[in-house]
Amino acid sequence: MDTIFALASARGKAGVSVIRLSGSGAWAAVRSLAGSLPEPRVAGLRKLWLADDVLDEAVVICFAAGASFTGEEVAELHVHGAVATVSAVLRALGALPGLRLAEPGEFTRRALEQGRLDLAQVEGLADLIEAETEAQRKQALRVLSGALGRVVDGWRADLVRAAALLEATIDFADEDVPVDVVPEVLALIDGVATSLRDEMRRLGAAERVREGFEVAILGRPNAGKSTLLNALAGREAAITSDIAGTTRDVIEVRMDLGGLAVTVLDTAGLREAQDMIEGIGIARALDRARAADLRVFLLDDEDVPLIAPEGDDLIVQGKADLGGGVGLAVSGKTGEGIDRLVAEITRILSARAAGAGVMTRERHRFALTRAVEAMESARSEVLKGADRVELAAEGLRSAIRALEMLVGRVDVEHLLDEIFASFCIGK
Amino acid sequence: MKHFDVIVVGGGHAGTEAAHAAARMGARTALVTLRAAAIGVMSCNPAIGGLGKGHLVREIDALDGVMGQAADRAGIQFRLLNRKKGPAVQGPRAQADRTLYCRAVQAMLSAQPNLTIIEGEATDFIVNAGRIGGVILGDGAQITAEAVILTSGTFLRGLIHIGDRRSEGGRMGDRPSVPLAKRIEAMGLPLGRLKTGTPPRLDGRTINWDILESQPGDDDPVMFSFVNSAPFVRQVSCGITHTNERTHDIIRENLSRSAMYGGYIEGVGPRYCPSIEDKIVRFADKTSHQVFLEPEGLDDPTVYPNGISTSLPEDVQADYVRSIRGLENVRILQPGYAIEYDFVDPRALRPTLELRDRPGLYLAGQINGTTGYEEAGAQGLVAGVNAALSARGAEPVIFSRRTSYIGVMIDDLVTRGVSEPYRMFTSRAEFRLSLRADNADQRLTGIGRALGCVSDQRADLFAQKMSALEAGRSLLDSAQFTPKEAMARGIRVNQDGMRRSAFALLSFPDVRFAQLRDAAPELAAIAPEIAEQLARDALYANYIERQNDEAQAIERDENWAIPDGFDFAALQGLSNELRGKLARSQPQTLAQAGRVDGITPAALTLILAKLRQQQRARSA
Ligand SMILES: Cc1cc2nc3c(=O)[nH]c(=O)nc-3n(C[C@H](O)[C@H](O)[C@H](O)COP(=O)(O)OP(=O)(O)OC[C@H]3O[C@@H](n4cnc5c(N)ncnc54)[C@H](O)[C@@H]3O)c2cc1C
Repeated sequence: MDTIFALASARGKAGVSVIRLSGSGAWAAVRSLAGSLPEPRVAGLRKLWLADDVLDEAVVICFAAGASFTGEEVAELHVHGAVATVSAVLRALGALPGLRLAEPGEFTRRALEQGRLDLAQVEGLADLIEAETEAQRKQALRVLSGALGRVVDGWRADLVRAAALLEATIDFADEDVPVDVVPEVLALIDGVATSLRDEMRRLGAAERVREGFEVAILGRPNAGKSTLLNALAGREAAITSDIAGTTRDVIEVRMDLGGLAVTVLDTAGLREAQDMIEGIGIARALDRARAADLRVFLLDDEDVPLIAPEGDDLIVQGKADLGGGVGLAVSGKTGEGIDRLVAEITRILSARAAGAGVMTRERHRFALTRAVEAMESARSEVLKGADRVELAAEGLRSAIRALEMLVGRVDVEHLLDEIFASFCIGK
Repeated sequence: MKHFDVIVVGGGHAGTEAAHAAARMGARTALVTLRAAAIGVMSCNPAIGGLGKGHLVREIDALDGVMGQAADRAGIQFRLLNRKKGPAVQGPRAQADRTLYCRAVQAMLSAQPNLTIIEGEATDFIVNAGRIGGVILGDGAQITAEAVILTSGTFLRGLIHIGDRRSEGGRMGDRPSVPLAKRIEAMGLPLGRLKTGTPPRLDGRTINWDILESQPGDDDPVMFSFVNSAPFVRQVSCGITHTNERTHDIIRENLSRSAMYGGYIEGVGPRYCPSIEDKIVRFADKTSHQVFLEPEGLDDPTVYPNGISTSLPEDVQADYVRSIRGLENVRILQPGYAIEYDFVDPRALRPTLELRDRPGLYLAGQINGTTGYEEAGAQGLVAGVNAALSARGAEPVIFSRRTSYIGVMIDDLVTRGVSEPYRMFTSRAEFRLSLRADNADQRLTGIGRALGCVSDQRADLFAQKMSALEAGRSLLDSAQFTPKEAMARGIRVNQDGMRRSAFALLSFPDVRFAQLRDAAPELAAIAPEIAEQLARDALYANYIERQNDEAQAIERDENWAIPDGFDFAALQGLSNELRGKLARSQPQTLAQAGRVDGITPAALTLILAKLRQQQRARSA
């Protein structure tokens, strides 16, 4: 039986989050992240690794088949509750072969199938499920009435159309079906794939809304970044001095801008490093700044930004108190222009937040990733020619199934509807 | 009063397959039909097989049924459809000589021990304490049995339309089955109405073949039956012509006179088999449609023009047919017509095709809302085997979606019902890559043998083939190649240092068995047709592996039987709508429940919880 996993504790910020795995590959999966396993039923502290990165330090507990909640081999990971940590671990598990995210109620179901619940528990289950159904119904309603349903339905319609075109060449090969459906199929696959990839990016934005945006302030030493940061934060967060290069590392200040959680990063002064420590500081500063959601370049009169601004990045004249410039200008010292800058940052981030996709969850990312992979396989089979069309169709079938995980079911009738609406079939 | 184990009513494709299967199983079987001479008649086009349908014929054959062997004997043009595509979607098809087909079917029936043919009209059922225990014939004769299989096709309240003319009939030239229809109605079974149509038949001697394109059969004809390897009779070509703007004008001008568009028909027709009127209305921008001219027999001048079925009046039929190239002077032998008939909502059936509420009565074929000989035959086989099993008090057999198209069809019918005449397509089978026409024997002959419907002779042939396949497979598994060795034979693989078996290499798109044999001479011991079969298995091995989880999940759910009378209405925590849907289709396994429209994972868990609870209560 395939191995499933899911976050077993409530989602959101919590001290500890429990991720549960069940199925014949549960221990192997944990071993591949943790290196080794503690004795069954004994808690052990393990670092969870993804390639060379430590995802988290977690308490690992294993239960043997026959002696677990589901009756199958089970493992639990008690990880730190931060949303980002949980997401990272879930993502790492999802990337392992043979593992998939559990469907709602699936752990309970497996427990039932293995006879692990006694009669009273089974009777009590109806209530639990009632609650679950209600929650599910509400969630499904929310999802379906909302943008997610519409967006996914659009993709699904396109994939169903693509699948129908391929199926028409298979099931109605001896009919008047237009021979070359390939261009339209490819266009449909590419269109949906592009949207899926965009959505995955926007999914990032949606996560930002939940977890917070990062804004990096960049500028030459003494451009007044730290004073600006302090003015923004209203407290002494970074050490400000008049000696260039005081801000050695990256300093973070979390704040609430117009209802959005924002972390402002103050970076080391960007200039040729004078000493090694400062050199490291600069390298880190650049990395963080590049990865941030928005960059504010604080420039003196004739400064040129050291890394290329992208998209919405803001370029601001610093030290406005020492002589005004054009456009946005601020003075960390007098507070001049700060309100405008804050308004501007808020405007940009709000726009991003509004443009965030309708998908917000790890579950969504899994579904999208699977769909994209399946579509890539379908695409390459389509290109290999008509003699592999059933394999291309298989790819589309799995892609559609992956999207189904998001909103419900599609079945072959939809496909046939599409075929009969499009082609004059029938000898 | 005569007594049998199983009575089959109807000598069409469902009935013959049902009777033959029951008799093969050792049940004393009676086949009651209106005219013994009409046993095995093809009501519509003289062709067997095709995509999805060819798969069904292979499965019937793998279970030692009639259709494949009869079609091989009668086949006058064989084509393997989708020959250029992968084996999973290739479907064998043949034009059949109508007379030869009937003759072959009748010969097989009369050669079958345990089988008695009775000419007559079944008009009523004998009922003992709610259980169907036999039939009463038109002349008052009574025949009793442990189980009755009804396969009356389009004969229930059959109504034939030609333009605004209508007449009652089971098909052209046959009376409908009126008393039986009334009886069925009185039983309170859920009925619906469907329609289908057929084109006019043409006199081939008046067709100008010389100016028409012709379509020959395949050079290396592929047979239906696993026991045959070559056609039995002379092979012929079909002709191809096309409708044109003038044809379409004539039809458009007379649309209101068509039975369909004149509003005379209430039944729903199949979308994949539209009349020429439908094609012209729904696809108005197409200026031409293809028409295949299919000979109905070697010594029969009748030609079946595939693609122009119609319910227009006869004079309009003559006009539009003669507007088609090559048919300018054609003589029409029999007009086209549409037929409306009653069908029973198949959701009233168990997967054995026994009626849930009428134990002892099985339904198979077009009466269940399907269309096509192959669909009918496959259902007949399922009903025949199960009726025989039930007659001797044995457990029923249920065919799974995972292992056969038969299973796909039955499951679709009993869980989802039909909204138009149901026809098989390969796209209905989610495990299409494993359910292939080429491996139907590997999937089913063993099962059939265990059930007792497969003869010794076929079982021996099958056992030989299986051991050859196993021996071949182990040779392919033990011949191993390093990436370098593979490369040297022109096979491109990742240079990852991993050794790959010959079987693994066979799954690569452009690897041929011959290349491997050159590299590993021991593979020459594998016979060519066995090598071909292994190559087909290899092609999909990786995909099938990936689908295994899905298949296993279905299997687990199939093993959870939902007992009769399970009270879906009493399930707490489900919406009224879902409860209603479950109560209507009465799924018999958890797998079927999972395919009910609108079902949620939580609802399934809830059903499962109830099942467990009952199981414990029983064992306590
Ligand atoms: C006009 C027409 C057009 C069709 N077009 C197509 C098509 O385009 N494509 C396609 O795939 N299929 C088509 N079909 C369907 C195909 O012919 C049927 O699906 C198939 O023959 C059904 O098989 P069956 O065994 O269920 O019924 P049938 O082959 O109809 O056999 C029914 C049998 O039952 C017997 N019978 C009926 N009532 C009684 C009784 N009371 N007592 C004793 N015997 C009785 C009859 O004599 C007959 O032998 C068409 C059918 C018709 C009539």
